[in-house]
Parts: sequence; C-alpha cells; structure tokens
Amino acid sequence: MDKLRVVHYINQFFAGIGGEEVADHRPEVREGVVGPGMALQSGFKGEAEIVATVICGDTYFGENTEQAKKEVLELIKKYDADLFIAGPAFNAGRYGFACGTMAEAVEKELNIPSITGMYIENPGADMFKKSVYIVSTKDSAVGMKDAVAKMAPLALKHAKGEAIGTAAEEGYMERGIRENYFAEKRGSERAVDMIIKKLKGEEFETEYPMPDFDRVEIAPAIKDMSKATIAIVTSGGIVPKGNPDHIESSSASKYGSYDISGVDVLTEATYETAHGGYDPTYANDDPNRVLPVDVLRDLEKEGKIGKLYETYFATVGNGTAVASAQSFAKEYSQKLKEDGVDAVILTST
Amino acid sequence: MVKEIERTGIPVVHICTVVPISLTVGANRIVPAIAIPHPLGNPNLDGNEEKALRRKLVERALKALSTEVDEQTVFEN
Repeated sequence: MDKLRVVHYINQFFAGIGGEEVADHRPEVREGVVGPGMALQSGFKGEAEIVATVICGDTYFGENTEQAKKEVLELIKKYDADLFIAGPAFNAGRYGFACGTMAEAVEKELNIPSITGMYIENPGADMFKKSVYIVSTKDSAVGMKDAVAKMAPLALKHAKGEAIGTAAEEGYMERGIRENYFAEKRGSERAVDMIIKKLKGEEFETEYPMPDFDRVEIAPAIKDMSKATIAIVTSGGIVPKGNPDHIESSSASKYGSYDISGVDVLTEATYETAHGGYDPTYANDDPNRVLPVDVLRDLEKEGKIGKLYETYFATVGNGTAVASAQSFAKEYSQKLKEDGVDAVILTST
Repeated sequence: MVKEIERTGIPVVHICTVVPISLTVGANRIVPAIAIPHPLGNPNLDGNEEKALRRKLVERALKALSTEVDEQTVFEN
C-alpha cells in the first residue's frame, strides 16, 4: 500500500525561524519534514509520510485569523493529503488556537482527517476539543516524545477510518460523544465494585464524570437594602402571555427582557411559563410563584428595598447548554451593571 | 447564570429547590425553595397564607444579599 500523505502545521518557533519577534510570519509551505515533523514521521513507522509542512507565525494567525485560515487552507489543498496534523502546541495559547482552528477547518472544509495536540489548559483545548481530536500533551516541549507517541497512532487510525477507542484509551480529550456497548458486568455489579474500591481508598474510574464547574469570587453584601435596586432573573421560563420571543420549552437558544414598570402583580391573564421541564399548572395559575413580583412591589412600597429594577430577564433552564446560559447572563449582566443594579434575585424551578 | 452575574461584581442570591445543583454550579448565596414547579408558593395554602410564605422567602433572600459570606452559604432561615 502507498504511504499516507500527511501535511503538518507548525508555528514559526518550531520551524526554527524565531520567537516572538517573528511571530507575524506569514504562512509559507516547505516540502517535506520540518522540526517536530521528524519525530512524527518516525512515529508513523513507514505507514505515512509528511509531504509538506505549513508554517505560520502565531501572532499573524491570531490577529488575522480568517485571512490566515484561508491562506493556510490554500497551501494545504495542493498536496492531496490523506491526513492533517497540527502541532503539538503544548501550552502555547495562540499556537493552540491556531492548531485547533486549522484542524477543524481542514477536516470540515477539505474533508481531510485531522488531529492536533495540546495541554489541557491551553485555551484552544476548550474551544476545539468537541470538534476535533486533540491529544492531551504535557505543558511544554519537554513532552514532545510522549505527545508524538499518542498522536502518531491516533492520526493513522483516524486517516484510515479505523475504529477509535475511548478518550482514555487513545489519549485524546473527551469530545462528549457517547457510544453504546455491551458491558460484561451489569450496572449493579459495576457500582458495587466501584464503591468497594472507593472504600478501600483505591483508584476507580467513574462511568459518568461530572462536568467541571469553575468558581467565582463572592460579591460583597448590600449595606443598605432600603436604597438598593434589586433585579429579578429566572430560569423558570416566566414570559408575557403568548411567549412573544418564542423562547424554546427546552434547550433554549435565547432569553427575554421584559419591562415590568407599573406591573404590581403577575396574573394568569398576563404571564405564563414557557418551561417544558416541569408541570406548568402552578406557575400558569400564579406566575408570582416563580417570579415574586407581587412581594417585591410590596417591599418596595414599604421602603424595605430601594427599587425593583424595571426589567426582568427570563430563559428556560431545561437541557439548556451551559455555554448558552453563560452567554445570556454575560449579556444581561452587562446591562444590569450599566444601569446600576445593586443585587439580583435569581429563581430556578 | 448565577456565576456570570456575580462575575460582574453584583451580589446574587439563588432561590432554588435542588440545593445540591446550585452548590455544584457554584452559587454563593442560596435560599432553598418550596418545590420545583412552585419555588415561591404553595398551592395548598390559601391566597394570603401563600403570599406570606413567598414574602418570607424573598425576605430571606434579601437577608442573604445583606450578609457577607466567605464561602458558599445556604440560608435555611
């Protein structure tokens, strides 16, 4: 069988051109192997050959991403490659971004199997680990040997269309893809095995890892509530009757901003829930049960709070992607900040 | 959403029924609610009693917002 044709992407540093001072290096292509391609080449054990190496400066790529992507794709095209490998980028942020961008673009736009490698905390990892195979590497080039040992075999399998094992088996970052299989032991036995290992203090591997959640710094308390502007936000889907923004009942792709100036109480006739993840009877009968406008108006009149902010924000928290919720909240938080809101009550169903 | 709001420096209290989720997600001030479909109400009570219950929860939320905390805190009362 003919050797697989490989195009390799590296930055100006690994090409030996230079460091930051030449990071605006424009994309160029050289025939054959350059720099870390040597190690990859020997990792292919004769099954594949690097026919060309594309080199691009990290700053040029970062600052002119669309243009650079186009130029690099053009350079790659003419080599009729069976496989594209970018990096490894280790913990170099812009390089990781470039490797992820190119691996994704080559796979999607040129239909050439692609992989890259980088350190788990490289910002490129979170951005691209779901769309392309990213081999998990150490944080510096000291880990080159280890990186190549994982990248070369995975790249060959991917190029040949062979079955690829789990993230843990192959050494790539989890892509959030589930595959059904027949286990030898049933769930109850596996669970008991796991808890016995846990009790003994031995290592065990969960079958359902929890997502990573980061933490934020705790905001200081309100000193004088009687002067504070309070905003309300809900993931419980309370919207004006008829759901004017058509917020989806699950996997919401948007949130709504609704003016409640002059509204003293939410009624069955004027508001409802758009949420498809709980029995809507109680919220539809009395939407204040989810968004307590009535009580906050009373507290405002009594001077217990300064003011109820005139807009509330709502979405449906039902299978909604964490990334979507983050981007909704980022957007309306900016508005809350600009409008001088002092504190927020967020209700969830 | 709780975290993105707090990231801007605005204190936020999360009124929710499933407290462990709120803790896992990373809310720092939490007030436990009544039930998933009616976090701030109880349809078995009459109108006035129910509103009084809701007021109690909202006042607890305001208390949480007025309280300095140095770790995730659940305001049970």
